[in-house]
Amino acid sequence: MSRKTTQTRRTVVTIAAWSIGFLIFFPILWTILMSFKSEGDAIKAPLAMLTSPWSLESYHEVQERSNYALHFWNSVVLSVGSTIAALIIAVPAAWSMAFVPGKRTKDLLMWMLSTKMMPAVGVLVPMYLLFRDFGLLDSRAGLVAVLTLINLPIVVWMLYTYFKEIPGEILEAARMDGASLRAEILYVLTPMAVPGIASTMLLNIILAWNEAFWTLQLTTSKAAPLTQFIASYSSPEGLFYAKLSAASTMAIAPILILGWFSQKQLVRGLTFGAVK
Amino acid sequence: MGNITLSNVRKSFGETHVIPGIDLAIEEGEFVVFVGPSGCGKSTLLRLIAGLEDISAGVIRIDGQDATALPPAKRGLAMVFQSYALYPHMSVRKNIAFPLKMAGLDPAVIEQKVANAAKVLNLSNYLDRRPGQLSGGQRQRVAIGRAIVREPAAFLFDEPLSNLDAALRVSMRQEISELHQTLKTTMIYVTHDQVEAMTMADKIVVLNAGRIEQVGSPLDLYRAPANLFVAGFIGSPKMNFITGAEAAKHGATTIGIRPEHVMIGDGPWQGTVGLAEHLGSDTFLKVEVPGVGTLTVRGGGEVGLHHGDTVRLAPQPDKLHRFDANGLAMK
Repeated sequence: MSRKTTQTRRTVVTIAAWSIGFLIFFPILWTILMSFKSEGDAIKAPLAMLTSPWSLESYHEVQERSNYALHFWNSVVLSVGSTIAALIIAVPAAWSMAFVPGKRTKDLLMWMLSTKMMPAVGVLVPMYLLFRDFGLLDSRAGLVAVLTLINLPIVVWMLYTYFKEIPGEILEAARMDGASLRAEILYVLTPMAVPGIASTMLLNIILAWNEAFWTLQLTTSKAAPLTQFIASYSSPEGLFYAKLSAASTMAIAPILILGWFSQKQLVRGLTFGAVK
Repeated sequence: MGNITLSNVRKSFGETHVIPGIDLAIEEGEFVVFVGPSGCGKSTLLRLIAGLEDISAGVIRIDGQDATALPPAKRGLAMVFQSYALYPHMSVRKNIAFPLKMAGLDPAVIEQKVANAAKVLNLSNYLDRRPGQLSGGQRQRVAIGRAIVREPAAFLFDEPLSNLDAALRVSMRQEISELHQTLKTTMIYVTHDQVEAMTMADKIVVLNAGRIEQVGSPLDLYRAPANLFVAGFIGSPKMNFITGAEAAKHGATTIGIRPEHVMIGDGPWQGTVGLAEHLGSDTFLKVEVPGVGTLTVRGGGEVGLHHGDTVRLAPQPDKLHRFDANGLAMK
């Protein structure tokens, strides 16, 4: 039986899709709206809040109180640094697993993934002690290492699925065509692997940018990225909704823009190579 | 240039002996088809010749030179893969030029050779397209183009037509045969389709479980199959096999008669038509003959028999094949 795609059906599906999309986006939208209100207006009932005057007051205060540039720069260093480090390790690893698999390759992959199933807090104390004893607390180098390691399983998995998609016959054809190993990598493999590497890179930057557990636990000020910057506005003395919202908006804006411009690559990345 | 000799070539994957030992001589300019059911080792044998798999024992000679240890690129062979294996990120022009570029040829020479190949294969208008923008048949032609520009000692085809639809398969089959007439280069062609084997080959190598069952020209195999396997594999529809008392009358364990060699009208066998397929040019009947079994019979297009009709059949005596208890043909 073929599925009927009538006009009504299409309209209903469209409305449903937009509604779900809006529902998911709503908290972010509300945060952005709240960031443009004064602290007093921000805690009013929703309708009263929306009709209250707009102001940039919270942004000014956030700018005065914290060093946005430092946190932003830390976020860039941590996410880009950990992504590059992860790729340096993961590309050859995924490469060999995809093209010269051993008997235990599948087990190895599952084992790597299993490390993602453990709650991070389970190793908080040993990690903290290690960081303390090696003098890595509140250092960028230490956090780059942690972010690299926690995202490594996902990076290896993604790259592995991409490399698996490259048909072995194409590499054999290159060999038949007289390509040396160098030529095979340069002219055939790399051009075919670049889109996969690019979307893995993007996704990993976003994951590292948003990572909030380790960055909050292991940094205080010097190496603190934007997650710490947001957290500093939710204090025990009381919540400053407007300032918290302004800080959040400033923290998510860069990654939101990056995500917007790389949507196509990202969707491919998120489907994990399942859709060709 | 282009004779290939296999001497006692073996291939094992661990404990599994895919090819227990093969001797075969392929003459220069021959169109040789390896045919056999899935998993018979025909593709493996081709890949051993190509150098894409290492052989476990034995010697492969190409033009008299020991090529056993040579890497694929050094064997002077070109291969066309089942999946076409085109480089998806390169244009048709670059795909065809790739082996020449790897050989370090002058760009002007490459351009000339690519243009010639494209002309032969009717690809001149598609040179700037990517493989993804081509139809299956065009992709296959690009793969062939990439093979012919190298002017190899021999072409290896690994089931090149199995991804194409039936009509295209027939026309590509003819194109490959014509190409062989023009180039007169040795071609080794792997297929599981005995019709492709019969129509294209100078010499058919029938493989089963890694062993050569018979080597010969298409008509040799059709007329004088060496054993039951070849008899059943070559010819469409399949040869009818009859055992028991009927076979004993002819002094054999099994007798075989092809559907086209059973005459309808008068004869010793009487049966009931189970199924009648009217194709226009031919009629295929499945006839249940008591004491003999179900026979497939090929009649003329105008045969008016239908399900349930009674019919008398006669095998052409000179077309009867006799096989002994080991399944080998009896003289």
